Amino acid sequence: MHAYANPARFLKIARPLTPVFLGLGLLLVLFGSYAGLVLTPPDYLQGDSVRIMYVHVPAAWLGMGGWSGIAIASIVQLVWRHPLAGVSARAIAAPGALFTAICLITGSIWGRPTWGTWWEWDGRMTSMLILLFLYFGYMALANASDERTSVSRATAIFGIVGAVNIPIINRSVVWWNSLHQGPSITLRGSTISSEILWPLLPMVIGFSLLFGGIVLMRMRANLAEAKVEARMRRMAAS
Amino acid sequence: MKAKNQRLILALLGLVAVIGAGLLAVSGLKQEAAFFYAPGDVAANGLPLGKAVRLGGMVADKSIRHDADGVTIHFVVEDGKAQIPVTFKGIAPDLFKEKSGVVAEGEFQADGSFVASNLLAKHDERYMPPELKGKMHMTDSLKS
Repeated sequence: MHAYANPARFLKIARPLTPVFLGLGLLLVLFGSYAGLVLTPPDYLQGDSVRIMYVHVPAAWLGMGGWSGIAIASIVQLVWRHPLAGVSARAIAAPGALFTAICLITGSIWGRPTWGTWWEWDGRMTSMLILLFLYFGYMALANASDERTSVSRATAIFGIVGAVNIPIINRSVVWWNSLHQGPSITLRGSTISSEILWPLLPMVIGFSLLFGGIVLMRMRANLAEAKVEARMRRMAAS
Repeated sequence: MKAKNQRLILALLGLVAVIGAGLLAVSGLKQEAAFFYAPGDVAANGLPLGKAVRLGGMVADKSIRHDADGVTIHFVVEDGKAQIPVTFKGIAPDLFKEKSGVVAEGEFQADGSFVASNLLAKHDERYMPPELKGKMHMTDSLKS
């Protein structure tokens, strides 16, 4: 891990990786969207509304995965003082919030024709909305300190504490009576018929690659900004 | 002890404390965070009278009856433990069907029936093409 502690070495790998992530991600999402809109059959009960799943599910996973990444990066930052941990956590926050918002919006659009409501204060929806607010709080806290490239220690602690919401979101439909249905995809398999399920795979991988590409871009931009600032300071001093 | 290990232990202790607090909060919320009462809950704990609540379960087979006015419907909500008759006046969602999940918002009556002011359809976690539709779609969470 410490081999990549040097930002210069990280940048050497991140630079060529960014277009690969974004390009491949875009291709997979385009293919998955075509497959999900045209190639798969409608659901026996919901009809074509089921196709919202191909955006809703990857967005939900990435919203939760984003915070899990922030929590891991926060531990690495606090314990091992890895210089890139805070930089990556800061870079994850905005796309994490974006995908959480996409999940909430598509869920609302899906809920109207199937359940008959745009929004209910059910355990799954409420905990997901709290995740969005946690992201907003994280970004505000990260920007409140002088630390511009990485994040402050208080922000890292907030990243770890906020992770308590992730298992709650995951279990909310199991622990409590909820309007949202139970989990379809578990370690034991899937209750989604394979004809409907398969485009979800390119969509999840594609959105994940886009997410990764955005994070790499943001990390590089932050590191470049720090470099500019350091150079300006040196020039002002001499 | 190296400072790094000290920080690791501190972080892990913090993590355990946070997760412990979270689990305590969640177990405290067990009842309050439920979105609806199931017929079995009502049978076991008595009627929550005089307040707006939600009743959720499966619509019993062949239980939907329409009144002559065209907008009032009667049906039975069951969860395998108990059955509750429900009256609703209004427009039901498209997915409201017999042998399918429903969440009704309204109030319990003293005679044990339920008068709903709004209906929400609850579907299960199974998705399949129309030609595979063979089995009854009963949500696992409502079977028990």
